[in-house]
Amino acid sequence: MTPRILQVRTKVLKKNDELARLMRDAFTAAGVLVVNLVSSPGTGKTRLLQRTLTLLRERGFACAAIVGDLETDNDARRLAESGVPVRQIETHGCCHLEADMVRRRLDGWELASLDFLFIENIGNLVCPASWDLGESLRVALLSVTEGEDKPLKYPGLFNTADVAVVTKLDLAEACEFQLDVARRHLDAVRPGMPVLETSAKTGMGISAWIEFLGKSRGELLTAVRSPDRLR
Amino acid sequence: MHELSVAHHLVEIAEETARRAGAVRVTALHLRIGALSCVQREALEFCFDLATQGTMLHGAKLHITEVPVEVYCSACDRILPLPSIQRFRCPRCGVPTGDIRRGRELELDRIEIEEGESPAAADSGANDGAEGVSVGEAATSTADTTELPS
Repeated sequence: MTPRILQVRTKVLKKNDELARLMRDAFTAAGVLVVNLVSSPGTGKTRLLQRTLTLLRERGFACAAIVGDLETDNDARRLAESGVPVRQIETHGCCHLEADMVRRRLDGWELASLDFLFIENIGNLVCPASWDLGESLRVALLSVTEGEDKPLKYPGLFNTADVAVVTKLDLAEACEFQLDVARRHLDAVRPGMPVLETSAKTGMGISAWIEFLGKSRGELLTAVRSPDRLR
Repeated sequence: MHELSVAHHLVEIAEETARRAGAVRVTALHLRIGALSCVQREALEFCFDLATQGTMLHGAKLHITEVPVEVYCSACDRILPLPSIQRFRCPRCGVPTGDIRRGRELELDRIEIEEGESPAAADSGANDGAEGVSVGEAATSTADTTELPS
């Protein structure tokens, strides 16, 4: 018996990363913008998504959604009210979604007929950060009820996001939420990150959010036409 | 607690590498985790013990090297260590920078194995996952070989 040392030098999440890369290529080729929504529980991911799906559908876009929860399909049922196809992932205790969980839910969906696919991640501000789901856009939500310093407490997650959406702004005054402070904290952990301010309840800021999604999909389609721009 | 998933992936990679090299047991793992990897050291150590039960890694030691964050500042044209992950500003000139050069790592660097009776399979090598060469490693790294007697 000779003990030996083997150099491995492999990313531990290599399997997930490779699958996610293949999925992203497939999504991009099909022209579907995949949006991964991450936040702590109760930030309003489902409420924002309900409104988003309804509005995008009214504007003639084909959408679908995959929603992750530890238990229950409550969120999936809420989202299905918008009339778009929704699929549920019940993780039974697993605190994040992985690329393979998403891949298995895609079965039977014609990607090329979709414009947007939304993935509502498990409510958790730590774990989802490490798992690439093949998305083009990672959106971190921050509700005014959580306090302005969430980005400083969870820099790892906010740092991986492409855009931040502040939610429940209708409650800002009651919560004494200081938007400028939140913006400063977001910019500290992710310099230059776009920040959108919304209230899914009153509709405030929602059209800017919808516009942002449309613009992002436009950029994706441009990238398909000039493949060297793919990330 | 995604550290359990991480630990399972770790076991899978280590077992695959070890088997290909004709090992019977993995006695130690050397892992690098970045300050931005979102993996908590203590949680991973706890999950590692659970995930290795009944595998070739049972009883293996987990050595963790924590990798600090380094960012590139275009104003200074330098890569510099970031004192706090709550503030992505160049530590030298204060200009905002999100250009992360180190600190996202979650990498299995090397494993220590015990070989079986017939080491014939060992020649097949175990370096298919080479992803860049790390500099300044312990004395076990050399430039011209990927397998070393310890």
